[in-house]
Amino acid sequence: MELSGAKAFIKSLEAEGVNIVFGMPGGANLPLYDELYSSNIRHILVRHEQSAAHMADGYARVKGKAGVCFATSGPGATNLVTGIGTAYMDSSPIVAVTGQVPRAMIGKDAFQECDIIGICTSITKYCFQPYSAKEIPETVKKAFYLAESGRPAPVLIDLPKDVQQEIADVEFPELVKIRGYKPLIDPDLDQVKNAIELLLNAERPIIMAGGGVNISGAFHELQILAEMLMIPVATTFKGKGAFPEMHPLALGPIGMHGHAEANKLITEADVLLAIGSRFSDRSVGRFDEFGKGMKIIHIDIDPAEIGKNKQVDIPIIGDVKASLRAIIKMLPNVIKKDNTLWLKRVKEVKEYYKDYIKDYPRDVTAKKALKKLREVLPAESIVTTEVGQCQMWASLHFDVIRPGTFFSSTGLGTMGFGFPASIGAKAAKPDVPVVDVAGDGSFNMTENSLAVSVLEELPVIVFLMNNASLGMVAQWQRMFYSRRMIGIDLKKMPDFVKLAEAYGAQGINAESMQEIENGIRTALKSNLTTVINIPIDPEENVLPFVAPGTGLNDMILSA
Amino acid sequence: MFSIISALVENKPGVLFRLTNMIRARNFNIDSLSVGPTEHSDLSRITITMDQDEHMINQLVKQMGKLIDIVEITRLDINNTVYRELALIKVKIKGREERTEIINLTNIFRGKIIDISKNSIMIEITGTKDKIDAFIGLIKEYNIVEMARTGITALARGVKSE
Repeated sequence: MELSGAKAFIKSLEAEGVNIVFGMPGGANLPLYDELYSSNIRHILVRHEQSAAHMADGYARVKGKAGVCFATSGPGATNLVTGIGTAYMDSSPIVAVTGQVPRAMIGKDAFQECDIIGICTSITKYCFQPYSAKEIPETVKKAFYLAESGRPAPVLIDLPKDVQQEIADVEFPELVKIRGYKPLIDPDLDQVKNAIELLLNAERPIIMAGGGVNISGAFHELQILAEMLMIPVATTFKGKGAFPEMHPLALGPIGMHGHAEANKLITEADVLLAIGSRFSDRSVGRFDEFGKGMKIIHIDIDPAEIGKNKQVDIPIIGDVKASLRAIIKMLPNVIKKDNTLWLKRVKEVKEYYKDYIKDYPRDVTAKKALKKLREVLPAESIVTTEVGQCQMWASLHFDVIRPGTFFSSTGLGTMGFGFPASIGAKAAKPDVPVVDVAGDGSFNMTENSLAVSVLEELPVIVFLMNNASLGMVAQWQRMFYSRRMIGIDLKKMPDFVKLAEAYGAQGINAESMQEIENGIRTALKSNLTTVINIPIDPEENVLPFVAPGTGLNDMILSA
Repeated sequence: MFSIISALVENKPGVLFRLTNMIRARNFNIDSLSVGPTEHSDLSRITITMDQDEHMINQLVKQMGKLIDIVEITRLDINNTVYRELALIKVKIKGREERTEIINLTNIFRGKIIDISKNSIMIEITGTKDKIDAFIGLIKEYNIVEMARTGITALARGVKSE
């Protein structure tokens, strides 16, 4: 078929089932946009490329399929970098497509030229730069295959402008093979057998469910296994919501700002089943202290995660869902297992920590606001978060009911992620309410996406806990830097209600618990992009707190 | 412990960059790296040596295994592997006596004199790292002007049973 590179590219996207693209045009990707004009693919025009990458990321996390973002060469491409890095750290599949200067200009420091492949190599699974139009269909197919299979990750395609314009006889392959890439799906059954033996003989077993459970969609399998063996389930922050948090066996997230009962109980366990987790420092504290005297079973699709941060006893390499199914299938029919003592202890610890932290003495607090949000919000709603105190408060005080409905930048910790990601999530699932749990500092970073949310009719709710400061930094300065407060005061700037209105969105000030409830209800009913501005006392801390460099047992419970 | 990692990689631009970039980003410390063509025109062989603890070596092998352009990766069994390095050493000489001494030493190490002038001599020597280190240790007493080493390249002995 005689086609231009640009046409071949758009046709290849259509063949992958892509029906939405987040992006911004510029000189070097104009041929691509010209072909988008005559395609059915919906284009969402962003106001900054970083948001395009976050939207594609949010879309991908909800859809379980790669999200696509477009940017031009040079600054367009570098603006994507934070979003690509965010997706990489959280194993989210996006296909980022950048324009590049024409082949003959590459390496000449041309206008808007940058070596985006050099820049992105550390934060992508692979980067392609097709050097002829002929290569395009195969490149696109490979890009989606790599992004979505195995451990998902971003893939970059850098398209020189003249390759987009070149006319060539192109063919569209049905299948591609990459000889250096063989993701392992099915677990080794001997290791599965070993794992079962360990689990059945454990006295104090615990499950640590990580992000891999969410990615693999193994919610059902996780719940079955936990219930069959009556094992309490903690999650990492990335795994938050992998297990329904209202379930009697649920302990909630562990980690720096984990639930006290989860942090406490995980240090008491004798066998740990870690599922799709990379033992991050934020989750487990000190690597040398975590898991002392504990037998560890580790399920992960990425062989390089086994033993990276933590030596384990039984590695199971494979897809989480396939591995859990294998375990369930091989469990004996009659399970003679008495966890009574351990479950009694779990109950006792849960009870002990129930009211462990005194509520911050204000009429409106972050905790109360989030509890209210949970109360009013339908169970199937999707929640994204910004980064900082708002994020950790969400982790502590917002219980996820339906697995796979909670998304946050957990690895890179990117401020500004939550809002564009919520728009991407809304595009993926328009029928459910989507809320960005935000702080003022973080929301400020990508707030211009309000224009996108309003104009593209992708209404989301920004639940803005506004403490007029960079709250988490302020908390660290209060706790570790003798209250030498610097660089944290945002001075109630801007007025977020007026800002929302300036973008044609709905702005609501909510200064009492009643106003918060009304605000959420109004937003849900109106189905309009809404910013609910909730003033929070700048001194309210996130507690408990495991200070960096300490173990999970060293929780700080009060300020 | 001293380890040799041998990888077959796609023979195309950017592959070495991806590998060395990963090595830098993950803070691995390698001793040598050599790259060259193989019997297949579309594959190159990369040989890396590293003297680190077991954990680091395992991690490097696993992280390399994740790179899409690496088609096959093996940690060679040192006891069942032939490994060689080549060094070129240029030495400044003062007189005949010195020249004779250097030529004798080179012969003992089964090296070759590949260039000679009135006041300099260039030696080619191949062998294991230890052998080359030992030779350089001796020749250091003279005036080494310049030196280039290739890093180790290696192959497992015998033929893999199919």
